Amino acid sequence: MPNKAMPNLHPVAPAAPVAPATAPRPVALELRDLTTVFPGDDGPVTVIDGVSLAVRAGGTLAVVGESGSGKSMTFLSALGLVAAPGRVRRGEVRIDGADILHQPPERLRRLRGAVISMIFQDPLTALNPVFTIGEQIVEVLRAHQRIGRAAARARAIELLARVQIPDPARRVDDYPHQLSGGQRQRVLIAMAIALSPKILIADEPTTALDVTVQAQILDLLADLQAETGMALVLITHDLGLVARYADDVAVMYAGRLVETGSMEEVFTKPRHPYTRALFRSIPRLDGPVDEELPAIEGQPPNVARLPPGCAFEPRCTVGRGRADCCTRRPLPLAGDRSGHRSACFHEDLPDRKEAIR
Amino acid sequence: MSDTLSAPPPALELVDATRVFTRHGGLFKKAGKAVRAVDGVSLTIRAGETLGLVGESGSGKSTLGRLALRLVEPTSGRLLVDGRDVTGVSKAEMQAMRRDIQMVFQDPYGSLDPRVTIGQSIAEPLKVHGLWDSDGPQKVAGVMSLVGLDPSHADRYPHQFSGGQRQRIGIARALTLDPKILVLDEPVSALDVSIQAQIINLLQRIQRERGLSYLFIAHDLAVVRHVSHRIAVMYLGKVVEMAERDNLYRRPLHPYTVSLLAAVPIADVRMRNRRRTSVTMGEIGSATNVPPGCRFHPRCYRARLVAAAGGVPTERSGDALLPRACLIDQPALKACGGTDQVACHFPETPETRSEVATAVLQDIGYPPIRPIPLQSA
Repeated sequence: MPNKAMPNLHPVAPAAPVAPATAPRPVALELRDLTTVFPGDDGPVTVIDGVSLAVRAGGTLAVVGESGSGKSMTFLSALGLVAAPGRVRRGEVRIDGADILHQPPERLRRLRGAVISMIFQDPLTALNPVFTIGEQIVEVLRAHQRIGRAAARARAIELLARVQIPDPARRVDDYPHQLSGGQRQRVLIAMAIALSPKILIADEPTTALDVTVQAQILDLLADLQAETGMALVLITHDLGLVARYADDVAVMYAGRLVETGSMEEVFTKPRHPYTRALFRSIPRLDGPVDEELPAIEGQPPNVARLPPGCAFEPRCTVGRGRADCCTRRPLPLAGDRSGHRSACFHEDLPDRKEAIR
Repeated sequence: MSDTLSAPPPALELVDATRVFTRHGGLFKKAGKAVRAVDGVSLTIRAGETLGLVGESGSGKSTLGRLALRLVEPTSGRLLVDGRDVTGVSKAEMQAMRRDIQMVFQDPYGSLDPRVTIGQSIAEPLKVHGLWDSDGPQKVAGVMSLVGLDPSHADRYPHQFSGGQRQRIGIARALTLDPKILVLDEPVSALDVSIQAQIINLLQRIQRERGLSYLFIAHDLAVVRHVSHRIAVMYLGKVVEMAERDNLYRRPLHPYTVSLLAAVPIADVRMRNRRRTSVTMGEIGSATNVPPGCRFHPRCYRARLVAAAGGVPTERSGDALLPRACLIDQPALKACGGTDQVACHFPETPETRSEVATAVLQDIGYPPIRPIPLQSA
């Protein structure tokens, strides 16, 4: 349940139910005010700043943002995987209503894999080259379950079949280098779902793959999700993937949430000037050619040297130079009943060609 | 381009270019199988034109880009720059030719020496070509301004720049010698979305101002559409379709082009839950083991549709029923509707277009997608 301080970002009725969802599905994973810091030259640097998100069982939350926006770090923080000297300074990570962040390390280790699992971008570095893929899946199973070697191997073959590796009984003895990039990503998915987690976090799962294979991998994830009812968090920079697979969207910029809402809301009525600018700047298959793309000026900021007000202010065609944007930090506020929120003082103003100075 | 335009000599021309990579055998080991990374490709790029080159990894598109600079030597075939055959010319002459044709790489970090200031990096081509003189610093400052870098930052090192700025450095470096042709190998793939648009705009502005020709290699079909005049689609070393930009997206002829278009993620709410797995079957094969007949037949939805519809000789291949032609005859690249070319026994012409291709074209916006209003909001 949402607490009073941090309104739930989800509408009471999901905007685009895939299955006829009569009652809202329970929240599987909730982050509240998650804040992560790293030591810097001039004191701690806040890389994740007060992120509150929720994803429902069976739902897909897409987290979009550019490199350095903190989208991966948010979920590494949620899983207790922030590498020292970084640390989570504040906040809660609730699964089934219970905070997991302040659990003893051994308990957290048991939760990872069994309840909440993560797959990473690069399927080659995430697999150990000197073990067969079967051995690596068996290891996952035996680390968490009382299961004999033969049974674990049989289960590994089952899992490979489930992720559509052809001839799984033979491929189970292959080494990672014998598989294509797409097949390696399938193996990682097999490992991630081996323990039937309730929540799967997929961090740019297809960025290293060709578009044709990308579609196959994401369709597979969607199928697994429909079957098991797991919650899926899709971390991506690709707005096209968000449109195809997400129920809800969270847009991050400089370690902060700038906009959250249902996919339909955010795509048809993007509010935050950053989200709006992002949509305009991507070339489309049906967009105009022979004219300049409306690019976002400047560079993404260094989180160690953020301006005191809105992090997007220096690049913003709406707020650049405005006194409030330069001095105060806008917080994500609920704009309407739908739960669509954006962190901007002036989201109702149109974008302008020239910034005020 | 239409026939009414008078035709100047192409800036770059590849004629039947082939590159075979062989794995050398050891004393007692047999040599590995030959890989025909590029297999009999002919193409031209006119002055001021951008030819987009698309395909999956393993299609040979990067090797083809390197062939154009002779960074990779062709096994056979010819390379012409400005109408001049430079296939067999000496190293010195080749060096001179490289003043006219330069390359920009995908990874702007990996292609810059971290110990050298960016000013030195940008000046290096001038020095290599013996053109460094008292005007040198002026030229460096000039290209830096051209690509949107502050010339006063010339004494900084690559790590002090962001990814987008490093790609600007890579472009500046390629422009120092005032070339006529740029080979751009995935120039925006490694960049953030907001920065991609900046670099695309920059490349187009430079092209307009300097009349450069681009060979633009990329896997992103939306980016390629935005920058290209014509587009070549490669599959396992062969060009399977070559078409004017708008034709390729409005009436793609090759089933592989349709498969690529089907896989493009489109940022539109109408795409919610849209499945395209059936159009894009399996993964690109290995160039060491090219299938007989049409190379695309193991993945081709169209071959299956044609065989199922009957009326052509068919044969079973694995668990698929396919037209015999697709299994035994390698289709040649030939004209199909005006200047467009396709290498397919059963191309998706407007008259014979399959339902699959029609659905894909509707999805990508032909006819154009209009934003649909939400029912209740």
